[in-house]
Amino acid sequence: MAKRVGAEGSFAVAEAVRLADTDVVAAYPITPQTHIVERLSEMVADGDLNANFIYVESEHSAMSACLGSAAVGARTFTSTAGQGLELMHEVLYLASSMRLPIVMAVTDRALSGPLNVWGDHSDAMATRDCGWIQYFAENAQEAFDLTLCAFKIAEHHDVLFPVMVHMDGFHVSHVVEPYLLPDKEELGDFLPPIDYPYPLDPNKPVSMGAFAPPAVYSECRKAQDVAVNGTIAAVANVWNEFNKQLGRQYKPIETYKTEDAETILIAIGSFNQMASVAVDKMRAEGKKVGLVRIRLWRPFPLAAFRQAIKSAKNIVVFERSMSYGGTVGPVCAEVKSALYGIKDAPRVTSFIGGLGGRDMSPKHFEGLFKRAQEIFDKNLDIQYETIGVRE
Amino acid sequence: MAKKDFELTWKEIPVGAIVHEPGNASEYQTGDWRSQMPVLDRDKCVKCGICYRFCPEPCIVKDDEGYYVADLFYCKGCGICAYECPKDAITIVKEEH
Repeated sequence: MAKRVGAEGSFAVAEAVRLADTDVVAAYPITPQTHIVERLSEMVADGDLNANFIYVESEHSAMSACLGSAAVGARTFTSTAGQGLELMHEVLYLASSMRLPIVMAVTDRALSGPLNVWGDHSDAMATRDCGWIQYFAENAQEAFDLTLCAFKIAEHHDVLFPVMVHMDGFHVSHVVEPYLLPDKEELGDFLPPIDYPYPLDPNKPVSMGAFAPPAVYSECRKAQDVAVNGTIAAVANVWNEFNKQLGRQYKPIETYKTEDAETILIAIGSFNQMASVAVDKMRAEGKKVGLVRIRLWRPFPLAAFRQAIKSAKNIVVFERSMSYGGTVGPVCAEVKSALYGIKDAPRVTSFIGGLGGRDMSPKHFEGLFKRAQEIFDKNLDIQYETIGVRE
Repeated sequence: MAKKDFELTWKEIPVGAIVHEPGNASEYQTGDWRSQMPVLDRDKCVKCGICYRFCPEPCIVKDDEGYYVADLFYCKGCGICAYECPKDAITIVKEEH
């Protein structure tokens, strides 16, 4: 029977890694690390998880150790955030191009400088194009569920890509909240043992990570791009199976009160929960507003996204990172690209906020809707606004 | 390798670009990169093997008569052998393509 427990999101992730019978955890144990690996190292030390815990000297080494571990066919997990994800950056591309099924929880944090370890999506967006499957959990329950699902997705023979499970630093990782912790029996055969099809084996030697000259590099890249874009159905199927087994449904694009919505807010991450309260209040006032939560960020579920915003005349994007020197933030750029060429495409306005741990309440989100309306009504020529900043 | 790398279509790239025939780097003609080649003067050569030890490729092999000669399938024409030869037995000659 599932137990209802109160815990940090970090601990919920650690429980999922334990239930998955993970073989190897390679992680850098100091800031910007979270309690995820602290808890995992306790589990290993106490004998609650029969895994090799590799303490490494940097995040670059952590991901490098994960490459080796996954390449021999071991179920592999790591976790990092912020500056740590940046230090790992080079190796992230190797994991995806070598198609190694590594699972990583990222408790998204701001990047320096100025030095700030609080939550935003600067780190996540900097890894946007590294070829991993990336999705977002908005609370402890989702962090637990989606970490568990990540192993099944990454190791699925139709997928074989590393998976990043994003969750907001502090708002999810450090907040104590209740979640349902299932036992092994309840999981049934949802997560079978890993069966990586190309493990390193002295009796059947292969070369991984070999070089590719100009004559073949483009072919390798196209093969990888087509493969990762082709994983959307497999990701959704795993989430459907999870729902059958444990009764909680996840979708690549989540909608909230969007059926007849004329103005739709689009956001990523835990602040969506604040935004949904604002939507409730405005709906009660008769305003046709709704919320689209991008859960699967990479590969981007274009068809589901276009379906979800069908009724919208106005789109408001809220995001927690900047593209310095760019025309809009990374999420808005994706949204605008997804809308381009659609007949009678909705108007888009964009806000950036919640940076470096700055909070957003439902009232702030109500304010966003109002300001967006003003921008649309007056036809103001504004690419994006940075909100909540003292002038 | 059944097919040369420049013949492979993207659909034929193995998952993860894994090379399933280990050691097939020996089929890769690094000599392609060369614009100059080493020429050995056998009258000056004393068969000391210093060029053999310094060649970074390493593409220099001992022939039946005991001379050390570069295998031009692999030789990139870097000139290290000529630089290191104590008898100036190796000269680097520009190649016309």
